[in-house]
Order: sequence, then C-alpha cells, then structure tokens
Amino acid sequence: MFIVTHRKFFYILSCLVIAASVAALALWGLKPGIDFKGGSLFEVTYPDGKPEKALVEEALKPLEVDASVRPTKEQSYIIRMKDLTETEQGAVRDAVSFKGTKKIVEERFDTIGPLLGKEAVGKSFVAIALVILCIVLFITFAFRRVSLPVASWKYGIITVVALLHDVLVPIGAFAFFGHYAGYEVDTLFVTALLVVLGFSVHDTIVVFDRVRENLKVSHEVRDRKDFSTIVGDSIQQTFVRSINTSLTTVLALLVLYFIGPEITKHFSLALLIGIIAGTYSSIFIGSPLLVTVEKWQKK
Amino acid sequence: MWKYRFGAFVILAVAALVGYFVYTTELPVPAPVTLTTASTTPVTATVSSRFAFKLGLDLRSGSHLVYRADTSRLELEGGDIQGAMDSLREVIEKRVNLFGVSEPIVQVEEGGVLGGGEQRLIVELPGVTDLKEATDMIGVTPLLEFKLLNPALEGLPEEELAKKTLGEAFIATPLTGRLLEKAQLVFDQTTREPQVLLKFNDEGSKLFAKLTKENVGKTLAIFLDGAPISVPVIRQEITGGTATISGGFTPTEARDLVRNLNYGALPLPIALASTQTVGASLGDEATAAGVHAGLWSFAIIALFLIIWYRLPGFLATIALAIYVALNLALFKLIPVTLTAAGIAAFILSLGMAVDANILIFERMKEELRKGRVLPDAIQEGFHRAWSSIRDSNTSSIITAVILYYFASTPMIKGFALVFFIGVVTSMFTAITASRTLLKALGVKGENKFVKALFGSGVN
Repeated sequence: MFIVTHRKFFYILSCLVIAASVAALALWGLKPGIDFKGGSLFEVTYPDGKPEKALVEEALKPLEVDASVRPTKEQSYIIRMKDLTETEQGAVRDAVSFKGTKKIVEERFDTIGPLLGKEAVGKSFVAIALVILCIVLFITFAFRRVSLPVASWKYGIITVVALLHDVLVPIGAFAFFGHYAGYEVDTLFVTALLVVLGFSVHDTIVVFDRVRENLKVSHEVRDRKDFSTIVGDSIQQTFVRSINTSLTTVLALLVLYFIGPEITKHFSLALLIGIIAGTYSSIFIGSPLLVTVEKWQKK
Repeated sequence: MWKYRFGAFVILAVAALVGYFVYTTELPVPAPVTLTTASTTPVTATVSSRFAFKLGLDLRSGSHLVYRADTSRLELEGGDIQGAMDSLREVIEKRVNLFGVSEPIVQVEEGGVLGGGEQRLIVELPGVTDLKEATDMIGVTPLLEFKLLNPALEGLPEEELAKKTLGEAFIATPLTGRLLEKAQLVFDQTTREPQVLLKFNDEGSKLFAKLTKENVGKTLAIFLDGAPISVPVIRQEITGGTATISGGFTPTEARDLVRNLNYGALPLPIALASTQTVGASLGDEATAAGVHAGLWSFAIIALFLIIWYRLPGFLATIALAIYVALNLALFKLIPVTLTAAGIAAFILSLGMAVDANILIFERMKEELRKGRVLPDAIQEGFHRAWSSIRDSNTSSIITAVILYYFASTPMIKGFALVFFIGVVTSMFTAITASRTLLKALGVKGENKFVKALFGSGVN
C-alpha cells in the first residue's frame, strides 16, 4: 500500500529523472556511431609497442580522412574516419604502419556508406514504434476481459507511458556518456532499447496480471475492496518476484559487462540502465498510474 | 507420483543426451596435417564437426562486404531485376568458390522502402581479412555491355562526336554479359591478331540477332567496365549467336579477358557500400570472453536460486541447465550463426529464463502461507502463475520478431534469433521440466525440515 499511497512522490522522482534525461539529450544529443552516420572505423594493434598518438595523427593528416585517433587497450588505437574507398583504406593502412616500418595487426576495419547508415536509423525508429504499438495492442487484447473500473486499453496506454520512461533513461544516460566519455550510439544500442521495452512490459504485465486476478476474486466474494487497495495488494504480492527476476537478469548483465566481449560492453550497460529503470517503473509508476486513472474517472 | 518420476527420468536422460551431443560435436576431429604458426607453436589443424557452432564473422575472422547493385537501367527497361540479381549472385558465388574460401556466404538483399528499394549483394568471406584480396576476388569480374550509337548523333563528324560524353553518345541495349554462354580466345586468320569470340546463350542469341537485324548499318559499341573497347558497324543480321571483339588486344590481355568473362561477366554494375573486416585475435578474444561470461552468469544465477529458493531453487538450476543444453543444441541444429550480440542475448536470456520459476515459486510460497498443504501449493503455484508467464513471454516474443525483421546487421539478426529461441525454450524448461522434477520428489511432509526446504529468503 505504501507505494500506492505515496505515488505522488514516485511520480515526482520519475519526472525529475526524465527531465534530466531530456535535458541531457537536448544539451548534448547522442553521438551516432558509424553504422548510423556512415564512416570508417579502424582498430589497429602494434604488437611491438604503439607509437605516440600524435605520430599516428600526423601520418594520417595528408590523407584528409578526418581521422580521430583514440587509444584502446594497451597496444591499440581505434581510428575513426569518413567512409573510405578501397584505395583510401589501403593508404590508411600504409600510413598507420609508417610505410611498413612498424608492424601492425589489423583488428577490424569497418566502412559503412552514408546511405546504409540512413537506412539503419530509419529502421531503428520504425522498429521502436512498431514494438510499442504491438505491445499496446497486445495488452489491450490480453486484458480485454478487464473493463471495470479501468478499461483495458488504458492498461495499454499506461504501459506505454512506463515504456517511454524506461527508454528515456538509458537514452539520457548515453547522451551524458557520449558527452563525457565519447560513447557512441549504434544499432546495438537500439537493440538494447528494444529489449528494455520487452523486458519492462514483461514486468508490468506480471503486476497487471495480479490486478486482473485480484479484481476477479474481489468481485466474486463481493468484498467491495476499493481499486487502490487491490492495486496496492497486487504490487505487494508481486514485489519480491519483480525484484528477483530483475536481479537475476541484472546479475547476468553485470557479468557480461565486466568479463564479456569488449564489443558488447556499451550494449550491456544500456541494458543494465534500462532494465533497472524498467523494474522501477513497473512497480512504482505503471501500477500506481492505474489508481490515478481510476481517480480521474471518478471525478 | 511414479508417473512423474518416470517423466523426470526421461527429461534428465534426454537432457543428458542433448548435452552429450552438444559436447561431442564441439570436439575437433583431428586432422592429419600439422600447421605451424608464426609464433612457431605447432597447431593441429582441425576439421570441425558438421554440427559445430557456426560463428559469425565478429567471433572469428573474415570480411563482410555489402555491394550496391545499380539497377537503374534495368528499371528503365522494365527488365527482370530479380533474375539479374540472381544471376549476379551466381556469378559472384562462382568466383568466390574458385578461390577456395571455406563456407562463403553470398546473398541478395533488398533495401526495402527505407533503403530506397536498393538491390544489394552481401558477401561474407570467413578467414579473408585482407580487404584488398577480398574485393579483388570479386571486383575484377568484367562488366560487358553492348551499346548502340545514339541515332541523333549518327553521321556527326569525328570531332563533334568526341565532345559528347559516353552517356550521351551511346544508348544501352538489353544485351549484356549476363547472356553470355562462353568466351574463347581466337586469332584472326589473316592478321594473326588476337580476338575474343563471344558465344551467347539462347536468349542472348535471339536478342543479338534482333539487335543486328534492326540496326544494320549502325554502330554497335562493345563496352568493357564502362569503356568502349570495340566500335564495329553492323553489316548484316547475325543469327549464329556469336560475335568477335577485336579490340587491338595483346595476346595476354585477350587471354585474361576470356578468363574473366568465363568466370562470369557481371550482369549489373556493382559498387561497394560497406565493408567490415575482423582480425583473428579480436574474434578469438570476443569468443573467449563470451564463453567466460556465460559460465559465470550461470554459476551466479544458480547460486542465487539455491540460496534464495533452496530445494525448488536447486531444481530450477537443473531446469536451467536443461535450458542451456537445449538451446545450444538448437543453435547447432537450426543452425544459428552466433555473433557477439547472440552470445549477449543468450546470457541475457539466462537471467530471464528463471523468471517463470521465480513467479511460480513466489506463488507457491504464498499459497503455503495461506495454509495449503504442500502438494496443493505446488499445483496452485504452477496453475496461477501461468497466465502471467504466458502474457509476459508473448510480449518478449513480439519484440524478438520485430527486431529480427528490422535488423540492419547480421549481428542484430543473430541477437533476435537467439533471444526468440531462448524465450520459447524457457517456457518449456521453467514450467514443464521444473514441475515434473518437483512432483517427482513427491514430498508431502509437514515437518519443519521440509518446510525449511521450501521456504525462501530469510523466512
């Protein structure tokens, strides 16, 4: 009951977090990775010790490839450039190895044309919109027998409010990391957002399902419990489960973040932030909103 | 209860067999050759089993190339784009196979509305990390076209013609290298000049006959890779389906051209749109890190389940192990190409797979608290948790399916597929397998010890 009675406090807390996310997004924006804006990424290792960053930059300068060199791991650099043709790639390889005088190991060399990048951005937006739409429809359908006191489509709408919350938090976080640590947003990040959407609905549904069941029971035994009590009970009954499921998932992701492959590090971070936000929203935002909606209807 | 014991036995036995299958198909079959790497450590070359895990390029090494096909001309003519793309794929496949790359992938992809309806060709070359080598392998295929001199320019003096661009001066015809059956090196009877004899296939022959019949007296230029190499005037209708190009070749040039034409002339011009190459060490590191992360995640989740849920938690751990075995076997059988993102999806799914168990156990505990006897509580726990398991997993499945269809990289596709398989199998293992195991124990006891076994957390 605590959560339902003090729901205003949690709403305000969430609003603050969202305001911070939106501010970060407006202020700094997201840094698109090469799979969104097109460009090249060259990760190179110098097995015999790497030269100074300035030297590498110097060597690349005459090629006019807009190179930005960033150290990664002990003996490696990640070099970001405009999207290169094959010949340009060869020239870059040549420059980076100082005309073959320094031994290099090519870890990866990616080039993505700007058109493909545009398509990836478009696809990402469509996928996110489609997932949200399908989820509203599905929840409206799954809760179709629940119409009193709150209509089933309102469950759907509330879920979407919770979902927007869950997606905005990692986006804001990545705007922040992008500005201060150069984290880029790529197709994997969008994948993380989609998974967060799925997971958060997962969580919200479990609480809603309990509300659905308790409403039925209450109706059958005619105990005339008011709606906010039913929602409060439902949250309490599913509380341990919500925390525990998120906990196992968070544990798995922490392991992935700390010892998993380098390439999925930012991905697991985005998931971690999103899933924590999602668990919070399904307990402290989604279900209390049911009560708020019911109160509005009464007025 | 014996029914459940038998069921539990069958589930465990099958899971053990599945696990054994996963294990043995991963063991390398030693090959007789021994290779020596640069570091002079001898490495036994291995032939992997037919059912070994298929690793994506980001986990081993190789190149992933995306070519954009220029279909603008075919579109103008209302030609068969699908057919042209298919023959493009065949031609490139032929070339790639010629170079002995193991398990190359060549496939056609349509850009869809968002990609401007582009036709693309995706080429994956495992083990080829030198981009130049890779593109050379594909790129040297010549593009052969036949073009007619623009009738508006017919009869213009030489110097006027020279001012026109190639695009203005010549009009493309449907006749291209796509319709070639074979090319052959011949020498002119009198001048001993090397020539290339082209033999068209049936469709090409008809087209060539029609073209020559309708344009007698006009200039038909033969273009190679966008440049005219021979500009003969059509004297009469040619019905035999053969043509000779005498482009002032040296014998070597002519021989190379013949070879390249026979490898397959590209039916459409293509241009590189994106390339990705992954070196061997990066892939190995990612694979090792992924496997470690998987093992540790499993161990930590198991520990949590056993500490918090005790006996049922232990059974859920066994169910989770069955889940792992089943999933890995499915990855091999389908087969799923595992990428770094796919491994991440699998680890994520480990965390989510136990959700159904947690839902059920929490419900069981509640029923116990309400004063039900244990077998009833177990029954109710499973029964009542079902609707939320069903609904919540449906939403995950929706996400996975949409993700799969909108994936813009093979990495994301791999993620979606693994995620989907995980959600579906977890519904089986967390419900059917753990229920059978729990019932097979047949605990009825009301004593403190049994209650403690089924208790959880701190109470």
